[in-house]
Amino acid sequence: MNQTASIEKTTCYHCGDDCLTPAYFVEEKQFCCFGCKSVFEVLSESKLCNYYSYNDHPGVSRAHVDKRFDYLNQPDIINELIDYKDDNITIVTFYIPQIHCSSCLWLLEKLNKMNPAIHYGKVDFLKKQLNVRYNHHQLNLQQLVELLYNIGYEPVISLQDIIKKQNSPAKDNLVQKIAVAGFCFGNVMLLSFPEYFGISVYEQTFKHFFGWVNLLFALPVVFYSGWGYFISAWQNLRIKVLNIDFPLALGVAVLFIRSVVDVAINNDPGFTDTLCGLVFFLLIGKYVQKKTYYHISFERDYRSFFPVAVNIIINDIEKPVPLAHLQTGQRIIIRHNEIIPADAILLKGRAMIDFSFVTGESIAISKTLGEIIYAGGRQTGEAIELEVVKSVSQSYLTQLWNNEAFTRKKDGDNQTFNEKISKYFTIVLLVIAFGSLLLWLPFNASKGLAAFTAVLIVACPCALALSTPFTMAAALSIFDKNLFYLKSARVVEQMAGIDTIVMDKTGTITNGDSNGVELNGDLTTLEKLLIYSTCINSIHPLSRMICNYLGKNYRLPVSHYTEFAGKGIVATISDHQLKIGSGDLVFGYFKETPGITAIHILIDGHYLGYFSIKHNYRDGMDQITKLNSSYDLLLLSGDQDHERDGLLRFFRHPENMHFNQSPQGKLDVIRSMQEKGHKVMMIGDGLNDSGALKQSDLGIAVTDNVNNFSPGSDAIIDGRSFEKLPSFLLFSKDAVNIIHVSFIISLIYNLIGLSYAVTGRLSPLIAAVLMPLSTVTIISFTTLATHLAAKKRHLL
Amino acid sequence: MSIIYFLIGCSVLLALIFLGAFFWAQKSGQNDDLYTPSIRILLDDNDNVPSDIMNDMITKQEEKSD
Repeated sequence: MNQTASIEKTTCYHCGDDCLTPAYFVEEKQFCCFGCKSVFEVLSESKLCNYYSYNDHPGVSRAHVDKRFDYLNQPDIINELIDYKDDNITIVTFYIPQIHCSSCLWLLEKLNKMNPAIHYGKVDFLKKQLNVRYNHHQLNLQQLVELLYNIGYEPVISLQDIIKKQNSPAKDNLVQKIAVAGFCFGNVMLLSFPEYFGISVYEQTFKHFFGWVNLLFALPVVFYSGWGYFISAWQNLRIKVLNIDFPLALGVAVLFIRSVVDVAINNDPGFTDTLCGLVFFLLIGKYVQKKTYYHISFERDYRSFFPVAVNIIINDIEKPVPLAHLQTGQRIIIRHNEIIPADAILLKGRAMIDFSFVTGESIAISKTLGEIIYAGGRQTGEAIELEVVKSVSQSYLTQLWNNEAFTRKKDGDNQTFNEKISKYFTIVLLVIAFGSLLLWLPFNASKGLAAFTAVLIVACPCALALSTPFTMAAALSIFDKNLFYLKSARVVEQMAGIDTIVMDKTGTITNGDSNGVELNGDLTTLEKLLIYSTCINSIHPLSRMICNYLGKNYRLPVSHYTEFAGKGIVATISDHQLKIGSGDLVFGYFKETPGITAIHILIDGHYLGYFSIKHNYRDGMDQITKLNSSYDLLLLSGDQDHERDGLLRFFRHPENMHFNQSPQGKLDVIRSMQEKGHKVMMIGDGLNDSGALKQSDLGIAVTDNVNNFSPGSDAIIDGRSFEKLPSFLLFSKDAVNIIHVSFIISLIYNLIGLSYAVTGRLSPLIAAVLMPLSTVTIISFTTLATHLAAKKRHLL
Repeated sequence: MSIIYFLIGCSVLLALIFLGAFFWAQKSGQNDDLYTPSIRILLDDNDNVPSDIMNDMITKQEEKSD
């Protein structure tokens, strides 16, 4: 029990973070910050404290939030956000990334207890969405959002509406098609069994009856479930592409026509069982391949990063305006932690802009009055006033999205193995089919036709069509288990073809809070003050880091100050001589330990120790470096090159590292590499990498929290799995090899079937056995082989 | 053996009813969210747990978790 008490003392009752101060204490419960405490108070007032009984510390820390929701009063913004509205009620869906446990679910579905105007709240846990219906006469949208904010579930409201896109029903009705195909397949199999076991001569009427019923079942399979294959084949033929859907559609058509002829004219059983099975398995393959990650969006661009509205000042009155209506010349006010949405000139206030998201530079930059501040920066500190000089879409950063890389459809670029092979497959198939027809025709026309159709039936590339989806589905789920999320199955094959890997620096190979400063040596308060007063004058990132490390201090007047670029600072403060910088400057000779950057301190001729700046490269950077042997490894950073030496051991040659790259510059570097014939994989994390991610053959976004913002990309990797990247690359190659092998297996089945088919002796029974047999072989082979490969790469 | 016609008719009819039921479920959105109900069912409907009983529950839970 003692232990419990001590735990309660140190961790926040709401979010479980450590409590640094005992200041927030209520009802014998300790909280880490005012935000957490206020959430508890709101809940206890509404008698909703059950929230805390389902899970320990169900909340999310609220230490750093200050948001304004005035803009939710604007009718045009409201109309964009809501799903439905009539005279009394409004239905709206929010994306709330904080949803993570049963307490969240419980609380959000009890919203109606807190405010009677709310009819219900319904949570979709995987999508992290909350659907609310409320009476808009009694409660407006702003109040609703504020209520959610007050209980610690602030919805993400952004211009790019991902929710609506996700919730729009799938157009292809794939599940329904599978249901129909499965229903017909089951019934047809049932009715075909008597035929397999042989029907006696006395019961021939049954045979006729079964045949006709089977044909009836085949109708919805061909004209509803399988119709998509005909459409796809036809569309591809029109643009002169032979894709895998063509032989599939041909197979389905031939199966159906031959079955009709067999049943109606020849009084034979027909191939309806094969037909239904084929369509059923094909659709399942299609379904398996379509994996959706509800909680991740691969399509985010700057709009989901920018706010929905910004406050402008007209005649000294603040008014929220939707971003789309923001015009040049307007005065905007930006508060702490808000993002500057358009290029603007600083008019008033002290601007400390954090551009980490745009440039990758992790240290806030101060701007002087009259300077242009580019969009995308986040203000830290006091409120500032700016005049907009460019509209949102024309701003420096957002212009990137006007690049053709963003309008071009990427999917058509790389042909998958399946697409490449199916062209030749179709041609060979047609040659064999017509060949057997022509060979038989002089002797026996009906046998020739039988052989012709049999070839098309038996060689129908069902197994081929299934090998890719099942391998990819297995591979995707293995990647998924390792916190690596791929946008589509196609990405696996693209990954296998990569020969060049380009990485961003800040946030990608370094951790989010990039650098750790450590003081080696003892300093008195006065000495700390002296160092602070010196370094505060410099805008060099290392100086800023030291200032941050020393914390807020007052500035002593500096009587003499010289900064030597790339070396350090020499300064005089009230009779004290300071030398702060590299060994070169302080001692006059070079003495650096590799791996760390040291900043030496010399005050009045006494050496007092040094600050070591440790670059927190992600774990496993050494693993990544091993990729050097099989891939070209490059660095593409928006940062300055002060870490060049530290990074050299990862990237081997200085020419492999590009610094000071603008977002557009990054895109251009990737393109020029592609023009040289390289297949480029880009790994980045910020908006500044968006262009490069889009231009590259495979863009991977690194994030420490998949629910947070990550730019549009082909794949999203969790920072914790970064070190597994080499295994991922090897595994993707394994997956492609598995597809090749399964193609050979399906060819063997085809050859067996063809040997029957060309002689015109293909019986429905053989077809009905061969087709599922090959399918089952392929499915089990691909699944097993993929799992074995994953084991081999230590991914399972 | 003509009873077979009748039996097959029955079985197909039954299967069609199931297929129809599936279509209805799909259309009315019952399969849209297959995960959340599994959590929802574990939560109590009883909202008005008085706060002292609540606190008891919490301490008990904490004792258990120790």
